[in-house]
Amino acid sequence: MLKVKELIKDFGKVRIINSVEFEVKADEIVSLVGPNGAGKTTLVNLISGHILPTSGRIEFIGRDITFASPYKRIKMGVARNFQITNLFSDSSILDNVRSCLFSVYGKIKRGFLPANHYRAITQEAIDILDLFGISEKKELFPPSLSEGDKKILDTAMAFALKSKFILLDEPTSGVATGDKFKVMDTIVSAIRREKMACMIIEHDMDIVSDYSDRVLVLSEGEIIADGKPKQVMEQDNVKEILFGVRA
Amino acid sequence: MEHWVIYILNGLYFASFLFLTSLGLSIILGVMGILNLAHGSLFAIGAFVAAWIVGAFGSNSPITLLFVGLLAALGVAGVVGLALETSLIRPMYKRALEYQLLITFGILLLIEDLIKMIWGGTAYYASKPFTVMGSLSIGDNQYPYYFLFAMLISMLAGLSIWMIMSKTRVGIMLRAISMDREMAQAMGIQVGRLNTLAFGMGAALAGLAGALIVPTTPALLGIGMDPLILAFIVVVLGGLGSLKGALVGSLIVGETRSLGIVFFPEIELPLLFLIAVIILVFKPEGLFGR
Amino acid sequence: MGVKSIIFKPKFLVYLGCFILLLFLPRVLPIYHLILFESGITFAIMALGFNLLLRYTGLLSFGHGALFAVGAYAVGMTGEYFPDLYRIEILIPIALLASLVVSTIFGFICVRHTRIFFSILALAVSMVIYALLIKLYHITGGSDGIHIELPIMFGKSFEGMKRFEFLSGAYYYLLICVFAASTIIMLAIVNSPFGKALQCIRDNEVRAEMIGIRVRRYRLYAFILSGLFTGLGGAMWSFVNGHVTPEIAEWMFSGEIVYMTLLGGFMVFEGPIIGAILFTYLRLYAVTMTQYWMFLIGATLIILVLLLPEGITGGFVKLVSKIRRTPSTGVA
Repeated sequence: MLKVKELIKDFGKVRIINSVEFEVKADEIVSLVGPNGAGKTTLVNLISGHILPTSGRIEFIGRDITFASPYKRIKMGVARNFQITNLFSDSSILDNVRSCLFSVYGKIKRGFLPANHYRAITQEAIDILDLFGISEKKELFPPSLSEGDKKILDTAMAFALKSKFILLDEPTSGVATGDKFKVMDTIVSAIRREKMACMIIEHDMDIVSDYSDRVLVLSEGEIIADGKPKQVMEQDNVKEILFGVRA
Repeated sequence: MEHWVIYILNGLYFASFLFLTSLGLSIILGVMGILNLAHGSLFAIGAFVAAWIVGAFGSNSPITLLFVGLLAALGVAGVVGLALETSLIRPMYKRALEYQLLITFGILLLIEDLIKMIWGGTAYYASKPFTVMGSLSIGDNQYPYYFLFAMLISMLAGLSIWMIMSKTRVGIMLRAISMDREMAQAMGIQVGRLNTLAFGMGAALAGLAGALIVPTTPALLGIGMDPLILAFIVVVLGGLGSLKGALVGSLIVGETRSLGIVFFPEIELPLLFLIAVIILVFKPEGLFGR
Repeated sequence: MGVKSIIFKPKFLVYLGCFILLLFLPRVLPIYHLILFESGITFAIMALGFNLLLRYTGLLSFGHGALFAVGAYAVGMTGEYFPDLYRIEILIPIALLASLVVSTIFGFICVRHTRIFFSILALAVSMVIYALLIKLYHITGGSDGIHIELPIMFGKSFEGMKRFEFLSGAYYYLLICVFAASTIIMLAIVNSPFGKALQCIRDNEVRAEMIGIRVRRYRLYAFILSGLFTGLGGAMWSFVNGHVTPEIAEWMFSGEIVYMTLLGGFMVFEGPIIGAILFTYLRLYAVTMTQYWMFLIGATLIILVLLLPEGITGGFVKLVSKIRRTPSTGVA
């Protein structure tokens, strides 16, 4: 589904991403782990189109999207959340998700009938909130949510875009340690249910290993391991980088 | 040919007090992020103070009076600026844009009527220094020495601001604030006090500009409105918080006006706005903006 | 939610009640006050448009006076140069068309920026209109402006009639209907998916782009819609005032538009309407009370910004929610 080939990104003279190659198949959940500063968020930004690569190629469902605008990628089915939550703070939780759906169904230009009139879409928005376990908070506004719920809402919005592929940049950062697995459970089960492909970015291997079909390890801009979570964890270079253990 | 020289020199005179006005506006906008709609009123205060001094002590030498008037205008406008910042503007920094603009709009209305209360609705003339200074002959044309004097004052003021901004500790801190407010605060710069200073400085410059204009135009109610709008254009043209921008912007506006009044008086003002708009469309940050 | 459920909403009933009250107003209000009120209503139509930008799109325009002037001058200049078309059912579409053209151009220029840059740019482009109105005096009448004759309304001529008779008669009812229609249309816009999209842009333009909203284009649409309401307000105002001058295009008037919107409270949909009507009275009373009316208006403005930033309606909403939250002790 998503193919990344020899992707390179330089900031000035510094090479942040060094000829990265990987693939994500349909309905596969892949985790991208690596220490801070490995270039994970840069990679996400390259795939979502927020920044453009120095060279290389990104393909999505057989089409070259290397230099496509973020808007175009969204319309093709690439969605993302944000590491630092990025919500519509003065709109209700329901409207946060519902606006995504209006956009997906091409109804966002409709300017006359009230949003509540679109009952099917409103119901779908509530269903999505249900799926993520926050539907009872639909009338609230984002600032009144807990950090975990904000993360969940952020993901729910990317989810509502009905994308084929969803990028989750540290979906549990800022969430209290005890709640991290609960948040992951909620998010991953929703994604599995819709059979979306997904790439989860995380610096902590423990959080993602149980949820991923495959793990990529990124270190200093290069992919140093790619395989099933168990196999990858056994690799010596991974242990050294992620756990600071010298083999 | 000589006509052209005169037109261009007239434009320079025009640019000289515009430069002072817009420099003040630009400092306030750059450092505090506030568009001071009352800037024209501070200009007017300077104009009235200077005109009143030159007119009221008529028996003294007009040139001395002019200097006193310029200094007094600078001082009074500066003090008014300091008072305004500490009382009304300060609570606005954390507020939304609409409140920041409205408070300066409110101050503008207040000052306009305060001027009316203090000096009445009549015009104040202070043309004596202008006539006393005489004029320079360029071919068949006369060019007043006063215009050269005004340019000199304006250049001196600009130069001192440049010195303050680039050489002194305070100036460097002010520039740090205008680049990144939060960072400056984190570095331990006392943003609050410097805000007051910046506003006072901007106000003083406006007052000086107002004082410089009265030997050629009587001080009237609403005298600050045109300079305010022109200063907006200068700031927009030159880029926010840029001294060079204020200078080049003033020159463009001054010359366009001076030549425009001669060659196409009907559309001289719309033309200026159009130039500003076109530059903004292609170079949103202004000519020398960041 | 169908039409029936809208009709039985309490808010709709309040609206209906207000509309019926408005219909009876000419019978109770002295003519002088009625005309003042009409002027306030035309400002209210404009303020609705202004607030679509401020409250719902997050853009503060300091140049809406020019768009108001476009509507007003469209009427005046049609009267000057095409007297055959001087019928209100033609004049309003002409005013809307003129506003459409001008606000599209202005919007195209202005929405490239946000925040203070948007405000300054809106001010700059509005001054182009002001300067043109002043300088092209052989077309626009310069600072003297243009006199507005009484228009033909749906085939009926009012020639020879006094303006106040016209304003307290047929025109009043037309204005009320236009106002009601504007309010309903604006209410529909802000609650529609499109309106929600604008609010998304206001809240977070980066995320809005990421859910597939074309931010700049939608800002332009909002600017144009806002311009249409403002122009309509200007056209309706021109008949009430009987005369249009370039003053309404000047930035001081644009400042007054911001003032009235904040006076009413821009966070509440109805706030700008109330603000516009109140401001009309406030300004007139200040002018008649003292020669220092600017001082009075300015002082009121400063007090408002410092003490009641939510405006009258916002303050009211706050008060109500405070009373509700306080448990009713002692009161039976």
